[in-house]
This record gives sequence, C-alpha cells and structure tokens, in this order.
Amino acid sequence: MSEVQFEIDGKKVKSAEGATLLEAAREEGIYIPTLCHHERLEPFGGCRLCIVEVEERGWTKLVVSCVYPVAENIKVTTRSEKIDRIRKTIIELLMAHAPAAPELVKLAQEYGADQDRYEQDTSFCIHCGLCVRYCNEVKGKNAIGFVDRGINKEISFIPQIAAVECNDCKECFPLCPTSYLQAAFVLAQALSFPPSKPEGE
Amino acid sequence: MPRLSTPEELEGFRQEIVSKRDPNKPCISICAGAGCIASGAAEVIEAFNAEIEACGLTAKVDTKGTGCPGFCEQGPVVVIYPEEICYLGVKPTDVPEIVSETIKEKRIVERLLFLDPVTGVRAVHEYDISFYKAQERTVLCNNIKIDSKSIDDYLALGGYTALAKALSQMTDVEVLEEVKLSNLRGRGGAGFPAGRKWEGSRNADEPIKYVIVNADEGDPGAFMDRALLEGNPHSILEGLILGGYAIASHEGYFYVRQEYPLAVENINLAIRQAESYGLLGENILGSGFDFKVMVHQGAGAFVCGESTALMTSLEGRAGEPRPKYTRSNIKGLWNRPSVLNNVETWANVPHIINRGADWFNTVGTDSSKGTKIFSLVGKITNTGLVEVPMGMTLRDIIYKIGGGIPDGKRFKAVQTGGPSGGCIPEDQLDLQVGFDELTQAGSMMGSGGMIVLDEDTCMVDVARYFIHFLTDESCGKCVPCREGLRQMDRILTNITKGLGKEGDIELLEELAETAVEASLCALGKSAPNPFLSTLRYFREEYEAHIREKRCPALACKSLISFYIDPDKCLACGICRKKCPAGAIDGDKKIIHIIDQELCTNCGTCFEVCPAKFGAVTKISGVPVPAPLAQEKRMIIKRAPKESPKKNQGKAGKNE
Repeated sequence: MSEVQFEIDGKKVKSAEGATLLEAAREEGIYIPTLCHHERLEPFGGCRLCIVEVEERGWTKLVVSCVYPVAENIKVTTRSEKIDRIRKTIIELLMAHAPAAPELVKLAQEYGADQDRYEQDTSFCIHCGLCVRYCNEVKGKNAIGFVDRGINKEISFIPQIAAVECNDCKECFPLCPTSYLQAAFVLAQALSFPPSKPEGE
Repeated sequence: MPRLSTPEELEGFRQEIVSKRDPNKPCISICAGAGCIASGAAEVIEAFNAEIEACGLTAKVDTKGTGCPGFCEQGPVVVIYPEEICYLGVKPTDVPEIVSETIKEKRIVERLLFLDPVTGVRAVHEYDISFYKAQERTVLCNNIKIDSKSIDDYLALGGYTALAKALSQMTDVEVLEEVKLSNLRGRGGAGFPAGRKWEGSRNADEPIKYVIVNADEGDPGAFMDRALLEGNPHSILEGLILGGYAIASHEGYFYVRQEYPLAVENINLAIRQAESYGLLGENILGSGFDFKVMVHQGAGAFVCGESTALMTSLEGRAGEPRPKYTRSNIKGLWNRPSVLNNVETWANVPHIINRGADWFNTVGTDSSKGTKIFSLVGKITNTGLVEVPMGMTLRDIIYKIGGGIPDGKRFKAVQTGGPSGGCIPEDQLDLQVGFDELTQAGSMMGSGGMIVLDEDTCMVDVARYFIHFLTDESCGKCVPCREGLRQMDRILTNITKGLGKEGDIELLEELAETAVEASLCALGKSAPNPFLSTLRYFREEYEAHIREKRCPALACKSLISFYIDPDKCLACGICRKKCPAGAIDGDKKIIHIIDQELCTNCGTCFEVCPAKFGAVTKISGVPVPAPLAQEKRMIIKRAPKESPKKNQGKAGKNE
C-alpha cells in the first residue's frame, strides 16, 4: 500500500493509503476526542465529536476524522474556534442524558461545556453503539441491538440470545461510556431470562 | 399479448392500437388519482358505467379512470373527449345529466364548468382554465389521457419510442451524452446534475451496476411523485430502462413507500406488462440489452429518501445513512455503482431522448433546465399539482396558477422544499424558481413542495411544526440531528407556549450550526432550515413571542385569548350554544362574556360568530379587558347606534 503525504495542524505527516484521519492523527500523537470509535470496529460516525477541518484543493470543509480517508496534500486542522464550539455543543447535548458519565465530565472540562445547558433527559444511553457493534462485529452474537428510531432509539438485549451468550462474555460492559449498558442488561435479565434456579413466590 | 422483438414490431403494434381507436368516439376520462378518489371519483366512475349501460351506449362510449391531472381542489375531474370538455367537482348525481346532455345531445352542462373567480367567466376546456393556462406540462400532460393500468394507452401516445430510438439508433454512450447535454438536474432534493451522476457510475470499474427510482416521497403535503407513479408509471419505467442502458446496468429498483398502495400496484402492473411485451427482460426489442426491474416497498421512514439510507434499507437493513465519504454512484447498493434518481427525474428522460437535449435546454433558467412539478397547497385558492418551466416567478405560480389566497387574506410566505426547506416572504415573490435561486433565498427546491401561508400563520409555529416533524423522522444515528433537533423542538415549543426566554434565539442558532455542520446526512444538515429561514425573514415574530409573550399572527393558542367585544355583541347566542367548554355566559339581550378561566382557546366562538357581527376577537400580548358590569350587559335597543364616546362606548349601546 502506498503512502500519502499531508499536513495535520501544520505538521507534515505520512500515512498509509486507506487510513482514516483519526488513525493518522493518533499515530502522530495528536489527540482527537471520540465517543463512538473503537479500533476493532467499523467506523460508525455517530457522535461526530471527532470533527475536523480539511482543506483540499482550496476548499475547506468539516468532516468526521473517524471516517474520512487520508489524501495527498490535504491540510487538516484538529482544533479551531468553530470545531471547539461544535464539540462543546455535542458534549452539552449528551450531558443532558448522562451528566455524570466520567468521559463526558472530562470532555466538558476541556471544552468548557455546561452540563446544564439543555433540559435534562437523563436516559443515560448516549447511543454510541459500541455495545451493539462490538457484539455484532467482534463477537458475532447480536445479543444486543438498537430498537426504535430517532429520539426513541434504545439499546435492548435480545433475551433469547442474551440468556445464552452474555453471562460468560460481558465484554461490552467496559466499553460503555455511561453505566447504562449494565443496567439494561440487569433489567433484561430480571425481566426475561429463564431463572437460573427455580424460585417460588 | 404480443412479444415485440424489434423496434419495427413495436411501431407496427402502436399503429395497430391507434388504428383500432376512433378519435371521434366519445370517451369519458375520470381522474382516478388519490385526491379525486378521496373526493368520490370511484363512485363517479361506477355511476358513469352504470348510466352508459342503462342508456345502451356501452359500444359507443368509452370510460376510463386516468391519472391525476393536478387540479385536486376541484375534483373529481372529468374530461370528455373528443371535445375535451372539462367538468369539475362531479358527483354521481351529475352523471345522468352529463350522459343525456353532453354525450347524447352534445350540449354543455354549464354549472359543472370551471368558474373563474376573477373574471366570472366559465371555461369549457381544460386548457381554458386559468389554473392550467400558465402551466407547461411536459411530464404530467399524459396523466389525464391514459388509463394508468393500460400499457396500450401509453403506447398509443408514443410510449417507449424513446427506448426504441435509444436501443436501435443510439449507443449507450450517446444516450448518456444526451442526458449530460440536457443539463437535467435531480428533481428529488439536491439538484445534482443527472448526467454527471450517471457518468460516474458508468466509468466505475465494478461490472455490476444498479439504477434505482427514489419513490420514497415523504414530505408533508407533497404528492408530485405519487401522481406520476399512480398515473403514468410507464413513463418512469421507460426512463429507468434508458438509464440502465446508458450506464450499462442490467438491474433496476423502484423504492416505493408502502403508504402509496396504488403506486405500488400500478408500478408492479406496469413492470409485468412491459415484460410481456418484451420491453423489459432479456434482449429488449432485439437489441441484446437485458434489463430487469424489481419493486421494493419502504416502511415509510422519511430518512429513507436520503440516498445511502435508501440503499441500506434496500439491502434489508434498518434505514440509516452511511457515514462514508464515497458517492453512492461509485459505491452504493451492495457497494456497487448505483444511480439513484427521483421519480420525476426519470420521467423526464424519455422526453430528452425523444426530443433531444437542445429542446430541453430551451426551457428554464441558466442553471435549471426543463419544467418542475410543484404541489401547491396550503392557503391557496387552487390546490393541486402544477408543472411550470423553471424560472417562473413565485408570484406567477401563486397568483396566476394558484388563484391567490382565499377568503381575502393577505399572503405572508411560501414554504418550499419540503420540511427541511425554508419560508420565502412577500418581498421575494418575484424570485424565479430554480435550484440555485431558492437556495440563495434560504430555502430550497427539494422535491417540489410549495405550501402557501397567509397572515393567520405564525412563523414560529411553522418552524416548530417542521422541526418537530424532522425530530420524529430523525434516524437517531448521529448526535447533532437526534439530540440537536430534540432540543430545538423543545425550545421552539416553549416559545410558542409563551415560555420563551432571552437567549433562546442564540441557543437555537448554536444548535442549528451544529446540525448543519456536523450531521451525518442531508436530513440533519438541512433540518434547521425551517428555523433559520423564518428567523432570517421574521425575526420580529420570535422576539414578540419571547419578550412580549405575544403571537403577532394570533395563532399560538397559549398566547392568545378570545374576547367578545361588547360593542359588537348582539346576544344572538350562537357562540354560547356552540362553546364546548361552557365558558360563555349570556342570555337573550344580555351581552355575552367569555369566562377566561373556563375557556380552552378552541376558537369555536370565533368561527361561529356571524361575520356581520364579528364580535369575537383574538387578542395577544395585552390583558383581556375586564368583563362588563352585570347591569351594563342588557341590550335595550337593537338598532345600531353611533357610540357617543369610544371609551364608554359600551354604555352607549346598553342604556
């Protein structure tokens, strides 16, 4: 695979063709925040936090670095007033759901985000999809999926699969940026898994 | 049914159809489009069939249910050939008279003709009606002439000549070149040049390519594509086959929303008919070109109109857009080159091949060629589908064709481009419609929705309505759209409820910027438009709502009160009897008063108060005047009196 030369934050860098901007930046030790990214998973492009500015043939555009491929002679800017403003809004929007999630609290400090900017809707899940995609792409089990659409979208364990697969795996638990996943699992377990030992009530 | 294996056989068969038809034989065409069916067209068709049979005219008169001619406001629409007499608003009870007068006696039934509201003159023919006069109908014109379930009708009017011409006289590259030269731009939303999209797919390495019809029309109030799908499915199919030929694709798809059952039925039928005639399938018309078409029903998600979401859905997965920065004409359906165009775009293609790119370029503006169909709805006299040359002004569309605003109301704005379009105010009515012109004005062409708003419409509420729709339709994948719209919807709702705060506008602007710049797909990127365009042109309405808790259009329920003007109330009692909340106090000769505590702001009193009194008024931003003292409420004389003094005018009438 051939190499591509370009610029990140004024620094000339080389990267393998086909790599994403995020991968290239991380290789160079340049930090770009992400919430839905995971090295072992296909880029999702959901949280949009890794947004950066790309100048290509005189045109400047905003793209998400977890998906955008490196290209010859482009100039990438990973922080600017506009980028920071957008990231701050994204963090504030997510904090309406999970105000105490450690990752969000850290990001909020960095970008000056106000956790009370928007009316709270504490549903905890921030729809990064890490659990759903990890279970599908890495484990091939599909024990958890998204249900419904838009603002009603939720993660949900599929009881028939989860009852068989999850107890011995739980690899998705540490991926969750909030603690909602565990709660969802416990709920699914309580509601619909066959009881491990007979219980009389 | 014949299987036509050469262009000559097709031509021969067409001549045969035409020669069997007597152009002088009376034919009653009844619009069987969705709008007219809703107004009772099915019963009218039945009544005609029964009446003609009863009169023993079955052999002498044809009847047919046709596609939608567009004048939905006055449906069911009936056109009688060969004279082309156009009757509007026809009911089953009118049928015997039409048959006895017009069919038998060749006399016109005056009362069913179009009455021009301006000139007071009745129009006999469709082409005399003001609604149609200023239109230029290239794509829609055949809708009223053909039975949408009959391929023979389509053939009789020259259907599939473009296909025969392309396959026998043009190379695939020549077809592509012709479309490129025509400067046809996609009618579905973004207005991307169709020829360039096709060329990208054609030149892509992958040998398997697809062509797809985007028939996932989901804009509230829009039915352009529906009318074509239901009324003239073969025209779209012919365009699709031509597209397949041009880019060397052998597989096409119709992605139709399942909420359009008649469209699904007619498209499926059209495909079967074309297959049996040899116009689809293997070795079409002996050319060696193979092409097959399948229909996929969408589950009615607005986001599936977005190209990558549509393709994901077509692959059988949840309709969510893809984050990739690759054009779908290079990597689309199943990662193969896929040309996706809107219904109307495809329906233009046979015309371009038949008449040439030069002809297509004679119509329109510099950057927008050809005609465009709009669904003209809202506060407009002539609701319906209109097809006009690009470059016509909004004023001409709304006043010349649409007949202006009904009930003597004042025009306020026109919302174009579907839910993520924008509102264009009165001082821009002379704007020429075209892709770039509308975008510059802060709106967009979209697929051609055009909703006219009058003075009673609150622009903040309009923004709230569309943002709410888009919040509902967001797929939920990316944060700026899912969460940003949710908050925008919430803030706008608060503003219309009188709960707006200083800083709300700035907050909305920030959310809008994030959605525009950072959303994953075109739905999120364009979603803030309803807010941004209304803020641009009607900022004072936002400020009035937030600062004065006043709705200038007197539309936001939480910000208005209903009040009976004691000077005008003649105690007729209608409002009191109709009030569902029992909030109106009064009696014979006792001036009526609304109990503001009990009133639910339903507006019934406002609607039922006789126009000659006009006593019920809406007020906003100011306190409701205190009710009249009991002893002053008696109406003693009925005769209208000059009030001696304005401030004490109530007394003048009551004593």
